Amino acid sequence: MSATAVRPPRAPAPRGPVRRRTFGRRQALTILGFFAPAIVFVCWFTYWPMLQGAQMAFRDWNLWDLTSTPWVGLGNFATILADPVFPVVAGNTLVWVVGSIVPQLVIGFLVALALWRRFRFRGLYQALIFYPWAVSGFLVGMLFRWMFNAEFGVVNDLLMKAGAIDAPLPWLADPKLAMVAVIVANVWYGVTFFAIMILAALQSVPEEVLEAAAIDGAGTVRRLFSIVVPYIWTTLALTVLLRAIWTFNSPEIIYAMTNGGPAGRTHIITTWMIEYTQQGSYGLASAIGLAVMVVLFVFCAFYLMAMRRVNQR
Amino acid sequence: MTARVARVTGLSLWLVITLFPLYWVVVTSFKSPGSINRWPLEYWPSEFSFGNYTELFATSAFGTFIGNSLVVALVAGATATLIALLSAYVLARFEFRGKGAVLGAFLLTQMIPAFIALGPLYAMLADLGLVDTKPGLGLVYVAMCIPFSTVMLRGFFENMPDALEEAAMIDGCSRLGALFRVLVPVMAPGIAAAFIFNFVNCWNELFLSVVLMNSDANKTIPAALNGFISTFNIAWGPMSAAAVLTVLPTMVLFALASRWIVEGLTAGSVKE
Repeated sequence: MSATAVRPPRAPAPRGPVRRRTFGRRQALTILGFFAPAIVFVCWFTYWPMLQGAQMAFRDWNLWDLTSTPWVGLGNFATILADPVFPVVAGNTLVWVVGSIVPQLVIGFLVALALWRRFRFRGLYQALIFYPWAVSGFLVGMLFRWMFNAEFGVVNDLLMKAGAIDAPLPWLADPKLAMVAVIVANVWYGVTFFAIMILAALQSVPEEVLEAAAIDGAGTVRRLFSIVVPYIWTTLALTVLLRAIWTFNSPEIIYAMTNGGPAGRTHIITTWMIEYTQQGSYGLASAIGLAVMVVLFVFCAFYLMAMRRVNQR
Repeated sequence: MTARVARVTGLSLWLVITLFPLYWVVVTSFKSPGSINRWPLEYWPSEFSFGNYTELFATSAFGTFIGNSLVVALVAGATATLIALLSAYVLARFEFRGKGAVLGAFLLTQMIPAFIALGPLYAMLADLGLVDTKPGLGLVYVAMCIPFSTVMLRGFFENMPDALEEAAMIDGCSRLGALFRVLVPVMAPGIAAAFIFNFVNCWNELFLSVVLMNSDANKTIPAALNGFISTFNIAWGPMSAAAVLTVLPTMVLFALASRWIVEGLTAGSVKE
């Protein structure tokens, strides 16, 4: 966060067509002054508590005995890695992220394509499918928990009416079905975001190019993958990245629907962390949290690097 | 022709799937208490009833919770928007060393799991005497909202020509004056979208609210909703009523501002 490291009073190298001002002390002060409130808030209420939480990861920090919180080095990380639950949780997290993102991307892309050409009620349609975004993950979880209810859930009723199942299924209590149910909820939740982002990006695809390709005999699929996808590639990649971070990091839906159950079959890394917190094992919970941050950070770095390489090709 | 049919069918199907959970929770909330747990399921209430709503307000201080959420989300959302406006302006208009670092630090906040900071945050607010107070929760929410709305508003600023505030500054306006008298009015829709986004995020935030607010006088809606799943037998009727009341305001706000939210998000993400 180095707004103090303002460029000294010499002209910055010209970057592209955008005109940039030369710098003086006055501008440095302006930058600093305008930034100050944001920096104060983010450092004070986000980074400072986060750093304090991070140092707990290296201590034996238990809510039930605060008189001694000795340093244990990497002990907490070792405890977590050795926990037999860990491989299950790691696997679940992968299934949760990939199983959520891929359908979201595919359905979101299809909805965006269908909305691409203007039609009479497009604005209304967009406004109608927009609302999941305004709902919290926790509430989405609650709504789906009710719909997947084993006794009086509407999902069972509809599936039985359609003849797909003969008897009600205990969705959230069944070790195999629970993950399906939470992923269905998350896919429903996330498609809107993909659809809206992709639709916005589609507006940048020039129609002349598409028409020219059509005249040259390129079929729909060919046009899609040879013209449309390359044009909106950056948006696609960034949307997937953003969504992957959020999915990895958001326990709300699972917390509301199963809280990791049955028997840990829907535990992902962040709901596991909640469990440790609730047990008062802040040291272990912080170690998980820190590991999550590092994994996400490394993932982001690699992802963005790979993106840049593809873009340069 | 077949393409058209496929398109219309697909869109209709997705519309039904999207709207169904909303429809279902609304219908559930208006069923009479006895008819929720009864076969066959009613897809329309056989007897229309406000029973769940009256029970919700009779058994909890839900009216107070709504008021608390409203105050915290309005004040914190507006404060965060104002602060983000300033930092977004600087990010859009100046080149300086450390700019990438600032953006990186903002992006990094999105990767911090809420739970790692919860304990220390609680201790910090306790030292300030701000645990279980609206200002305390509000301060944390302001910090939570700043990074994302900065990135969003930066996109809007970059679409504004420099000439606008330069002309104002030649006419004797200070930079701050130029920003608020010239740029802000032009950008009003984008700023409103950023504010709505912040408002909805504060309104919906769960874990901080659950941990930091515990008295009935100060609790916000998510802390109260969390109470529903903490009991063994979830009261689905009142819970549905609470869900409807929670979702309604944010839904209306998002629908009104959808166009600008989309523009802000795409403007912010396509760059960099």
